[in-house]
Amino acid sequence: MKIIVAVKQVPVRDSAIRIDTSGKWIEEEELSFEINEPDAYALEEALLLKEKHGGEVVVLCAGPFRAGQTIREALAKGADRAIHILCDDLVSLDTLALARRLASAAALENADLILTGLQSDDLGLGQTGVVMAEMLGIPHATIVMKVEIAGAVVRVKRELEDGWFQWIQMPMPALLTIQSGISPLRYATLMGIKKAKTKEVRHVTPKQPHPPTPHTVNVQRISLPQRKKETQLLTGSPAEAAAKLTDVLKFEVRVI
Amino acid sequence: MNGVLVLLEYRDGWNRMSWEALAAGQAVAAQLNQPLIAAVAGRDLDAAAGDLAGKSLERAFTVRHPLLAEYTADGFTAAFEQLIQSLTPSLVLFPHTYQVRDFAPRLATRFGQSLIADVIAIGMEAAQPVFVRQLLQGKLTADCVHAGLGPCFASLQAGAFRADHLAAGTCTVEDFVPGLDAWQIRSQPGERFRESAQTVDLSAASLIVSVGRGIKEQANIPIVEELATTLGAELAASRPICDNGWLPMERQVGSSGQTVSPKVYIAVGISGAIQHLVGMKGSKAVIAINKDENAPIFEVADYGIVGDLFEVVPALTAAVRKAKGN
Repeated sequence: MKIIVAVKQVPVRDSAIRIDTSGKWIEEEELSFEINEPDAYALEEALLLKEKHGGEVVVLCAGPFRAGQTIREALAKGADRAIHILCDDLVSLDTLALARRLASAAALENADLILTGLQSDDLGLGQTGVVMAEMLGIPHATIVMKVEIAGAVVRVKRELEDGWFQWIQMPMPALLTIQSGISPLRYATLMGIKKAKTKEVRHVTPKQPHPPTPHTVNVQRISLPQRKKETQLLTGSPAEAAAKLTDVLKFEVRVI
Repeated sequence: MNGVLVLLEYRDGWNRMSWEALAAGQAVAAQLNQPLIAAVAGRDLDAAAGDLAGKSLERAFTVRHPLLAEYTADGFTAAFEQLIQSLTPSLVLFPHTYQVRDFAPRLATRFGQSLIADVIAIGMEAAQPVFVRQLLQGKLTADCVHAGLGPCFASLQAGAFRADHLAAGTCTVEDFVPGLDAWQIRSQPGERFRESAQTVDLSAASLIVSVGRGIKEQANIPIVEELATTLGAELAASRPICDNGWLPMERQVGSSGQTVSPKVYIAVGISGAIQHLVGMKGSKAVIAINKDENAPIFEVADYGIVGDLFEVVPALTAAVRKAKGN
């Protein structure tokens, strides 16, 4: 079985963020980057499926040179090889343009399954996977908690709202978007890190369509969120702040 | 292209977010001076049609077909694709439900468009809607405009628009029967189920102490547990804590857990990702304790302490104990 895992490199969670001079994205120079968290769970699920059913796990990533680090880490965890779509223009792409790049690279692989995280931690649109499935003409399921393979059919447990779930099944090839936290993540072993250095990473450059495809969505500006509420900050040492908060609990909101 | 089409969600009853999306649609349609149209898909929609007849709408459609009895991405995408082709609206709005997240990106792609997902506000500039959405887990907001030819697709975040602003009225509800064949639907959905009976009902709690990633490891949970016990509060958590098994799933607050509206919600080490906020922003008072002053939780907090929870929480527990006189 061949499984493609589409991963994205995003700023480390809780990074200090500054808006860049264009006003449309953030300063990236001083940021650290890591694998998008839901994608890490997609990778883990792919590795578990490979352990169970055999086959190959191929990492697919679009991003600048620095994304190579995230790709190596995925290889060190046990992925077999990788395709790196080298591009510096991710920020200017809309979902269609990014999904088109990923889908055209994935199409050549004829994989049985394509897994990816349910959304990215930076843009949070939660749709690149679904759009890829549409472009590739294959069925999909989103917010997947469990994956079972039976012959040419994949059966998945989907999360619905308010604590409800549902199993659905579909023929392969199929695309699944994986929910965070569905199984513990493995660490790369020393042996894995060593092996990763010799694994194949194929670099491809995206074909620029002629004429260039027009944007469907433009970001006009980004900004710090407007506060909906005036937060009263309680300051001082931990003991002082705690004493002020206790007063709030007793005299303002009256729960003690 | 003319009209604002809102695609609602109904399954043995309305998904309440449908009315929020319709209210938002009503406001945008008025600003654009375009007709407002609503549609819902399924098989058994008589009751839904009855409800729609009492709304202030230019037109309303029940998209009916036996193959739409159970939701499938293939069925709903194909059905709504045909409706949109026949109505040619300029704007298609959805509530940002789990179901919409499943099919709307596919539907938008069929029209060569990118869905503007999880929108929190809609402004108007140069007679064009500006969609505000969150980036980086709510640390930033982005103003987006539709640039393509063809219809614009946008989904609206839970709680971002007020359903009580929806104007009542009357309208004739029309049936729309899409052409669907069984072979078009590639996935087979099973029964919907709940994992286990929920024994903890957080929705009834008047005081909740909730813990997030900031607690770092399971061994630290008792620090927060002790505060909850001292206050006589229910203990709750954000998703990562329950995913890790540090607290049971039934104590999870957020879009995939319980929705709560206590008198006071104390968020400890919770950054305030959107998925968490939708589950607790109905709280009457929110108190946040977090080391990051820019954490989105402070946007909904009435009171906040910026500091190390490992110092603040034990101090708070001690102070509350003293105030209670024991």
